[in-house]
Amino acid sequence: MPPPEIAPGRLSPAEIERNFADLHPPLSKSEALIAADRCYFCFAAPCTTACPTGIDIPRFIQSIRSDDIEGAAYAILSENIMGGMCARVCPTEVLCEEACVRNVHEDKPVDIGLLQRFATDPILEAGTQLFERAAPTGRRIAVVGGGPAALSCAHRLACLGHGVTIYCRDGKLAGLNEYGIAAYKAVDDFAQREASYILSIGGIEVRTDVALGRELSLDSLRRGYDAVFLAIGLSGVNRLGIESEDMDGVIDAVRYIAELRQAADKSRLPVGRRVVVIGGGMTAIDVAVQSRLLGAEDVTIVYRRGREQMGASRYEQELAQADGVLVKHWARPARILGEARVAGVEFECTREGADGRLEGKGEFFTLPADVVFKAVGQEFSVDGANGANPALRMENGRIAVDAERRTSIENVWAGGDCAKGGKDLTVVAVQDGKLAAQSIDHYLRQRQ
Amino acid sequence: MSAIDLASEFLGIRSPNPFWLASAPPTDKAYNVNRAFEAGWGGVVWKTLGEDPPIVNVSGPRYGAIHSNDRRVIGFNNVELITDRPLETNLKEIRQVKRDWPDRALVVSVMLPMNREAWARYVPMIEDTGADALELNFGCPHGMSERGMGSAVGQVPEYIQQTTEWCKSVARVPVIIKLTPNVTNILGPAKAAKEGGADAVSLINTLNSIMRVDYDTLTMYPATDGKGSHGGYCGPAVKPIALHMVAEIARNPATRGLPISGIGGVSDWRDAVDFLALGASNVQVCTAAMVYGFKIIDDLTSGLSHFLRDKGMQGVADLVGRAVPSVTDWQYLNLNYVVKARIDQDLCIKCGRCHIVCEDASHQAITHTVNGERRFEVIDAECVGCNLCVSVCPVVDCITMERLTGGVDTRTGRAIDETKQDWTTHPNNPMRRPAG
Repeated sequence: MPPPEIAPGRLSPAEIERNFADLHPPLSKSEALIAADRCYFCFAAPCTTACPTGIDIPRFIQSIRSDDIEGAAYAILSENIMGGMCARVCPTEVLCEEACVRNVHEDKPVDIGLLQRFATDPILEAGTQLFERAAPTGRRIAVVGGGPAALSCAHRLACLGHGVTIYCRDGKLAGLNEYGIAAYKAVDDFAQREASYILSIGGIEVRTDVALGRELSLDSLRRGYDAVFLAIGLSGVNRLGIESEDMDGVIDAVRYIAELRQAADKSRLPVGRRVVVIGGGMTAIDVAVQSRLLGAEDVTIVYRRGREQMGASRYEQELAQADGVLVKHWARPARILGEARVAGVEFECTREGADGRLEGKGEFFTLPADVVFKAVGQEFSVDGANGANPALRMENGRIAVDAERRTSIENVWAGGDCAKGGKDLTVVAVQDGKLAAQSIDHYLRQRQ
Repeated sequence: MSAIDLASEFLGIRSPNPFWLASAPPTDKAYNVNRAFEAGWGGVVWKTLGEDPPIVNVSGPRYGAIHSNDRRVIGFNNVELITDRPLETNLKEIRQVKRDWPDRALVVSVMLPMNREAWARYVPMIEDTGADALELNFGCPHGMSERGMGSAVGQVPEYIQQTTEWCKSVARVPVIIKLTPNVTNILGPAKAAKEGGADAVSLINTLNSIMRVDYDTLTMYPATDGKGSHGGYCGPAVKPIALHMVAEIARNPATRGLPISGIGGVSDWRDAVDFLALGASNVQVCTAAMVYGFKIIDDLTSGLSHFLRDKGMQGVADLVGRAVPSVTDWQYLNLNYVVKARIDQDLCIKCGRCHIVCEDASHQAITHTVNGERRFEVIDAECVGCNLCVSVCPVVDCITMERLTGGVDTRTGRAIDETKQDWTTHPNNPMRRPAG
């Protein structure tokens, strides 16, 4: 029985619905035409260079200008089949829109993300199929994982004529798009609608609730399929490494967000009155903001370094602050306070030492809290792939891959957050899946 | 500093400013004209009168537009005919309006069949209203031209001269001939008007045009009951065509000195400066008033007044014709004059449009990478000074053309020659004249 400080229904259902509405409402046609008109159609456009999937942005914006929405959508989706989700969740302010040359003389980029959504929404809405499968190759590939890297890889392989089986640990596809990102960034069940659109190409079989290391082994997949793509994400959660961190009321932010995303009625979710979030990345921001939107009174993010080092973009930080979240820098948790349940956190002030390493200043302060969220990153849990013969080579705690996303084992590829270089971004995962699919296709055709 | 008085005189007709509303829908009746004068317009040319019974307009769409993406009207066309109101109604209103606004110019546009009797009959009736002048509509390219009037007259210099003579033989007030641009050379019609005794010309009327097709029905758009007819094109898009024709009349020995009322896409005061500097004595406006309302007169008068003040001019007359001597034939352009593009790297936003247009459409004279960095620099040895990069650069004044005044043009390997040489004496010209 949680204490009264942790209660559902702090806000009325109507208030919660309003709070969790679309963060950036879609552009109207007039708005889109005006926004599109601002694109200069740059040579070797810096926005395209900045896009991890290399979408030809001036090309699709030109199609919006000329009212060829299908042409615009094809330009986007042929490079990034999750262009719809990326239009919603990409940190465009540090990717394409940061690179926009408009920033140089007027400090306001073209609204690339919103235009991308304008172009892709109608296609997904209508289920317009823009891709055609090549003649069947008879090859079969196992894709392990259900998130962006897996879906991207599966789609590209299907387009190339291969047969794909997706093995997904969760009950639903789309990975962190479904279970992880903030609810107000993908309203109206968008993650599932996008996954359905991707599957509509055909040739992709989906098996849910099966996991590597549980029902599946890498060795048996390698034997049963022509190739294997691993996109199993980061299932482990980093620990704070301090006293009492398993105390009641200290919650893994990733797990809480997943519950929130799956809740049929958000007004029934328990919410703390005073919430402390430890971490500085997107997960920290998302759990803090969503706690506020659910009615938490005081929400404080505490990050061990400064504003510039935070994983969350400046825009995301400002978004949190606009929603009433207090962000404190240069402090790290020293101790969880409380008896049976958490009552607060003691922090030690920090600074950067001469060698660049973080060091405590020996000054302490305490924040009272009913709920403490741990959002200090996830790690790759190697369990599932353990026991493979030969063993997967790892690098910095993730699966080592080359530029084509090949692992150290023949006929096994990996991508997304579980692979070296994964940046915990949907758009990067999509690119991994695409590159791996192309590499797999090349490999299989060479072996004919 | 005080503003410059824009008082204007055209053919002895005085108006508080040189901005007249052209003969068109905004000048079809007293209600609109009164509103225009209240807003501050210097004069109007009343929408074209014709013989009774009045013509009939279509009840389908009369107008079509070309828009920018933010829905600014760039080009505009119409299939409206001359006034569709009874002659007597118009004459009565003209008389009253002139009485109520004695300080404004009130010119009446008129279109009549090709016979002397018609002019002898109607001109005195119109003059009796007290109107300041007549403008003969030899310009409208749609509808009326199918009945032998409008541009059907304006396209045949002999008809222009003949009709002008008929009108002048009975008119006591000045006669302005409004010319159609739907001709290969505007000088023929202008000379004919002058020969016929015209006091002035006004130009341009609208251009033959079809706006587009309807992408659903694949019929012409706009259409009346599934069919369309070419209309008269106007608005900002036609200004350059109008300026050329005005300048030709202003600089040609046969027509030089013939007063010109400039028309064609005037939307702001700078457009008026263009027309006045190229030889028009005043300007007429239609499209801008049709798409924004009469209030635009405030910008026209304020902007022109400030411009004249900043140039140290005392009035509109100081500006008229100032740029005419700078207009010449291609053969007289100085072929020894060499410019190179210069890119201000501090202003450059690195969009690369100058590079790609030079690469694809011109002379491969702009880099995209210098020492591994994205950087756009002019390669003098390739630059022909064409101005394409200036034309496409999104940043004002980022790329400019700089004249070479000494040394060698690395593109041609020739030393810069500061003397002038044009085509007439160029060695490559088989018809060259001896230099001298």
